[in-house]
Amino acid sequence: MANSMPATEAGHHGGDVTKRDFLKLVAGAGAAVGVGAIAWPLIDSMNPSADVLALSSTTVDLAPIQAGQAITVVWRGKPVFVRRRTPDEIKTAQSVAQNTLADPALDSARVKPGKEEWLVVVGICTHLGCVPIGNKPTEARGDFGGWFCPCHGSQYDVSGRVRHGPAPANLAVPPYAFDGDTKIKIG
Amino acid sequence: MAGLHKSEFANPVVNWIDTRLPIFTMMQKEYGVFPTPKNFNYFWNFGALAMINLVIMIATGIFLAMNYTPHVSMAFDSVERIMRDVNYGWLLRYVHANGASMFFIVTYIHIFRGLYYGSYKAPRELLWMIGVVILLVMMATAFMGYVLPWGQMSYWGATVITNLFSAIPVVGESVVTWLWGGFSVDNPTLNRFFSLHFLLPFVLVGVVFLHVAALHITGSNNPLGIDVKSPQDTLPFHPYYTMKDSVGICVYLLVFAALVFFAPNLFMAAENYIPANPLVTPSEIVPEWYFLPFYAILRSVPSKLGGVLLMFGAIAVLFVLPWLDTSPVRSSKFRPIYRNFFWVLLIAVVVLGLVGAHRPEGVWVVLGRLATFYYFFHFLILLPVLGKLERPLPLPESISRPVIAGGGGPLPGGAAAKPMEKI
Repeated sequence: MANSMPATEAGHHGGDVTKRDFLKLVAGAGAAVGVGAIAWPLIDSMNPSADVLALSSTTVDLAPIQAGQAITVVWRGKPVFVRRRTPDEIKTAQSVAQNTLADPALDSARVKPGKEEWLVVVGICTHLGCVPIGNKPTEARGDFGGWFCPCHGSQYDVSGRVRHGPAPANLAVPPYAFDGDTKIKIG
Repeated sequence: MAGLHKSEFANPVVNWIDTRLPIFTMMQKEYGVFPTPKNFNYFWNFGALAMINLVIMIATGIFLAMNYTPHVSMAFDSVERIMRDVNYGWLLRYVHANGASMFFIVTYIHIFRGLYYGSYKAPRELLWMIGVVILLVMMATAFMGYVLPWGQMSYWGATVITNLFSAIPVVGESVVTWLWGGFSVDNPTLNRFFSLHFLLPFVLVGVVFLHVAALHITGSNNPLGIDVKSPQDTLPFHPYYTMKDSVGICVYLLVFAALVFFAPNLFMAAENYIPANPLVTPSEIVPEWYFLPFYAILRSVPSKLGGVLLMFGAIAVLFVLPWLDTSPVRSSKFRPIYRNFFWVLLIAVVVLGLVGAHRPEGVWVVLGRLATFYYFFHFLILLPVLGKLERPLPLPESISRPVIAGGGGPLPGGAAAKPMEKI
């Protein structure tokens, strides 16, 4: 301490920045880093845990699904619609003019090439998170033959694209891959 | 009395708030310029450490509760899930579990500090009694927290401790059934323990607030045990004791971290990693270390009701301690006879702890009874009598006097004269 005193004095004459200012900054920064390091484990504990992440993929057997039908599977706790489209529906979906869509997207971008028969979308309305109806042929499918959201009346077509508000975006397509012709793995 | 506070803070935002709700003025008064005896030693760190510990326990506990399931068929697995799957769950649990031990280490040192330096004497009797309430609430909280993992020790600890109340004449059995919410420790017991384990720490925060409020009325005791006579005897709390406390906090966190990262299971019973089994009692059933002295007192009495009464009496006697000790001199420094008996008491409590950790057979029974006898003898007979017989050493005139008389080196008072000056 005695040795550092003259240097401190000199520093004081040189300008307004003193050794104490420096020490305060270093101590403050050190404390901030420490608090951050302590806070992070607490915050991160609220992120998905290892067992939740382990449930992040779902395998679906496509064989029992008839043309025109859709099933609901659960992926990460959310419903995923897997729909086997009829040739008519595929044709309708492909021929929609892009300028009539609220969220333009080609049907080909929403299915896997060569597997146009299969549409896989997350079954959650992009408005406020309700599950649209229309998987069963007996349910209301709206004016566009896809899905109809009972909460606020949004309508989706056979490509899962929003055609009537208030939903702002198309039904999301989850990451998935074909495993042979009759199985898909979602996630 | 209504009216705006005249704030002296220069910052306009702080000033605006402070005018309407003078919390900044209050903090400045109670933790900034608060006049604090200038002769504290490091034993005066432990109150602040206990407060930090309480904050750590609440913070980790809240996040643990987000992942814990209070149900007999899921509690054990949910704790294992916290250990294996939850991000940093192992850290949260080990900090929380070892934090309980750290909390009691710090608090017991704090209490023995009070016993050695006479911090319980007038005018701090109520401050001390609030402290005993804090100890009781801490014990209840710790006990119920230990039940939550629903291991063998959790279950049998809960069974034994709740059965203590069956010693109450006539209504004992009904009280125990009421505590359990059934005819054995079971799901309703676990549910209510979880609820109370969550509630009580916040009760603690309230009682700790009263403890600190009372402290700021009487002012702190000090190692000499004499009253502050003039401003020369004190230092402003900040920066002098914020810094001294910070040093203590660093050392405390080092010990805490060493425990958590290198010996997280040091204080834990291996038996508690076996799921609760209501049909088999573990062969070695021992409470957490911080309950061992009381457990030893319980077992030293060959009578059910007597043991329970004496165990609770060991705490109850602390409530009336300010009136049992008849000596007007606070600090043991000036009580040549009491000083020796303080150490005997400390040894007796440690012996009780050891006795509690061993099976009650052979020499341990004798030791337990001797130490139990001394514990009560110390408080109920020795302290009242010693105050009358002992001739205390001459007390210094003021806190400053022995510092100056001691001589050597620059005076702390010199530094206090210009606290605002930048070096």
